[in-house]
Amino acid sequence: MSALLEMRAITKTFPGVKALDEVNLTVRQGEIHALVGENGAGKSTLMKVLSGVYPAGSYDGEIHYDGALAEFRDISDSEKRGIIIIHQELALVPLLSIAENVFLGNENARNGVIDWQGTFQRTEALLRKVGLREAPTTLVDKLGVGKQQLVEIAKALSKEVRLLILDEPTAALSEADSQALLDLMLELKVQGVTSIIISHKLNEVRRVADTVTVIRDGSTVSTMDARSHPITEAAIVRDMVGRDMAHRYPERQRRAGEVLMEVSDWNVWHPEHVDRQVIRSASLHVRAGEVVGIAGLMGAGRTELAMSLFGRSWGRNVSGTVKIRGQEVDVSKVDRAIAAGLAYVTEDRKSLGLILEETIQRNVTLANLQGVSSGGVLNENAETEVSEKYRRAMNIRTPSVFQKVMNLSGGNQQKVVLSKWLFAGPEVLILDEPTRGIDVGAKFEIYGIINELSAQGKGVLMISSEMPELLGMCDRIYVMNEGALVGELTAAEASQERIMSLIVTE
Amino acid sequence: MALAEQTGGETATKSVGDYLLSHLREYGLLFALIAIMVFFQIVTGGTLLRPVNITNLLLQNSYIIIMALGMLIVIVSGNIDLSVGSVMGFIGALAAVLIVNMGLPWLLTILICLVVGGLIGAAQGYWVAYWKIPSFIVTLAGMLVFRGLSLWLLEGQSVGPFPREFQTIANGFVPDIFPAAIGQALAPVFDARQVNVLALITGIVAAAIIVWGGMRKRARNKAYGVVDEPRSFFIARNVIIGAALIFIMYKLSTFRGLPNVLITMGVLTIIYAFLTERTVTGRRIYALGGNQKAAKLSGIKTERLTFLAFVNMGILAAAAGLVFAARLNTATPKAGFSLELDVIAAVFIGGASMSGGVGKIVGAVVGAFLMGVLNNGMSIMGIGIDYQQMIKGLVLLAAVIFDVYNKSKQG
Repeated sequence: MSALLEMRAITKTFPGVKALDEVNLTVRQGEIHALVGENGAGKSTLMKVLSGVYPAGSYDGEIHYDGALAEFRDISDSEKRGIIIIHQELALVPLLSIAENVFLGNENARNGVIDWQGTFQRTEALLRKVGLREAPTTLVDKLGVGKQQLVEIAKALSKEVRLLILDEPTAALSEADSQALLDLMLELKVQGVTSIIISHKLNEVRRVADTVTVIRDGSTVSTMDARSHPITEAAIVRDMVGRDMAHRYPERQRRAGEVLMEVSDWNVWHPEHVDRQVIRSASLHVRAGEVVGIAGLMGAGRTELAMSLFGRSWGRNVSGTVKIRGQEVDVSKVDRAIAAGLAYVTEDRKSLGLILEETIQRNVTLANLQGVSSGGVLNENAETEVSEKYRRAMNIRTPSVFQKVMNLSGGNQQKVVLSKWLFAGPEVLILDEPTRGIDVGAKFEIYGIINELSAQGKGVLMISSEMPELLGMCDRIYVMNEGALVGELTAAEASQERIMSLIVTE
Repeated sequence: MALAEQTGGETATKSVGDYLLSHLREYGLLFALIAIMVFFQIVTGGTLLRPVNITNLLLQNSYIIIMALGMLIVIVSGNIDLSVGSVMGFIGALAAVLIVNMGLPWLLTILICLVVGGLIGAAQGYWVAYWKIPSFIVTLAGMLVFRGLSLWLLEGQSVGPFPREFQTIANGFVPDIFPAAIGQALAPVFDARQVNVLALITGIVAAAIIVWGGMRKRARNKAYGVVDEPRSFFIARNVIIGAALIFIMYKLSTFRGLPNVLITMGVLTIIYAFLTERTVTGRRIYALGGNQKAAKLSGIKTERLTFLAFVNMGILAAAAGLVFAARLNTATPKAGFSLELDVIAAVFIGGASMSGGVGKIVGAVVGAFLMGVLNNGMSIMGIGIDYQQMIKGLVLLAAVIFDVYNKSKQG
């Protein structure tokens, strides 16, 4: 098979930093090529070079595309040649409909007048193709992240795509939707679309990829061909981090103590669709020192359950009781929930967890400013000491705590969010997708922190869409489906199959 | 992302030039103010810094600065208040009606006016905070309503004059507490007819406090290893600020001493700088403006904080209204017309961000003075109001472009 794309000795330098150092990447016609590497390894930079975000001339090296030297000046230039990139951060207009978004900039128009009938029909066809059951007129705003991802792919398909680049496409997707998406990629491959997939989920990479290229610290480390011999996850991880990672989940002494938090008969209705009950009489408990997982598909109501528990931050007509150490507590406002001993680490750290423009220090102390002040006056020395303490304890990689949070990588940002909540001194932490979008090394560190918390006797309630993570970390797993807790499995009983069968049969 | 970490690491060891580049905004504002003052001092043949003109400059800009303090908080919290000019005019009118027409004591009137200002802020803040109606719209409505109310209250007439005690809010001076003999003894030294010793000493003490505070902060930062301002910069900055302060106070001392308004402004500026930079409430306001959702999920009562920001703005607009009316010694239906734009411009020139979460009290005050010196200097030069407006507009645009450019270079 001939090469569709050949990137030769790409070097890209930013002031003071070599982001890419003679990177080579060869993508053959009609294959699925996985690009893996830790956050900050240079994957995104490489794709920006390819798509023309960094125009020809701003980097060294050559790009050969479709048999000719390609020098893209900007994104539209590369899109014209059929190179379409779908970014991790979706680029949809929330208040436009699906159809309008799919054909944005590529409108189905004659003499500037849009043919809506045709637009809707073509959108419907595309949506069927990507397996999204929504009307083309639905506003993107009303869709979850996973469905928005599918809209992005539909949008790419609406163009004459030859090389589809997916940057972390399944990061926000549930297990089932991820599977569907991967199937979709395989189907597109049959139709002749070449794809590059950037992913942290190695089981997915193994499932779809024909070739895997590993990048570390701005250099190509290895390229593995799945057709010559099967690729193991261990081999990829070794190349990614430059060391063997025998245990993906650190060991932990499992010892559950007294019941720390008990939620009974929790009911929540949708804030906009008044007649839709999102959480149906959920009851659960978390013991001291226990890590409890909540498994479920996207839309099962896991985040909604967590946020409604945490100061009724989501939903309306919330009812039910929460007890901490047997005492009923008031969690009707966020500050009361914090005072009662709860903390909620959001799945969406950038828009709900952090103030990106502020420093690490100011983010860490935000949920417990009383702890660094007296009489309402802040003690900046104490603030610096506290944030320095967490910087060291959490191993937040930054020159100083006065760095703005926006300058940190995803893993380090997540550690800042965790620091913030640990400093608030909670009894029970609700972690919503705590390792989403962060690299293998940082994940391992986050797992270590979770274990440390449980060793201290805190209760941890962990929501995750990655089943291996739940199975690797949790003592007990609740299975959630359509707003109800449909099953409960101990670590010994739990397996991916059992969780899925609970979801499917209930 | 590793890239960002590494460039961050580089800033730890930076040269003087790099430092200046990364803090261009803060120094730029100060230098711009000094440069403009020097420029006008030369082209007006020394009129700008004559004691009487400095006094004038302070009086003319006092109400803008008082409102800029509140506006900074409103803008940092992620909102805007377009009604302050009208509210200021309305409170002036209210004061005139209460004192002149109804004969109420002036102290009681001041109290009533401040309470009414707070209520006006509360009325607007309520819709913004609890109903999530954009502040632009609520306060635009307020602007029209209170302009109309002033007209109605004054029945289209000017009302005045005010009693002498009320006038001293704006036009009074702090009496020299030191024996007159000292002043007379000093007068020949400065080649002046008289010297107000209190003003002179206030200047020296204020400069000393600023330098001392700066040194303490620097020592503290050093203890935590976060010193990034080169020593030469630290010294130069403090010498310039200290010298300027003493110079201005010396000039004032050779005229009538410290204007009451200057004390009011100074005290309010210190209070609000402390509130925004050192208190829990202040920090929460920045968090609210920086990311409202994250702030709310961190247990901050975002609605109440927004509400209080508007109440505070209302009270300060009322205070400004009292100063304005006292200065003119009359309340007119036109008072405060389009003044909200000057206040907002001062805050943005001072470095605040339209999207909230960024901005400093000192910046807003310097921004207001910058506009004030421009106004005053151009008026002395006899430049027409037409050119004045254009120049002020371009200065605002330039300041914000500078901000955006700076940010994109750093980002």
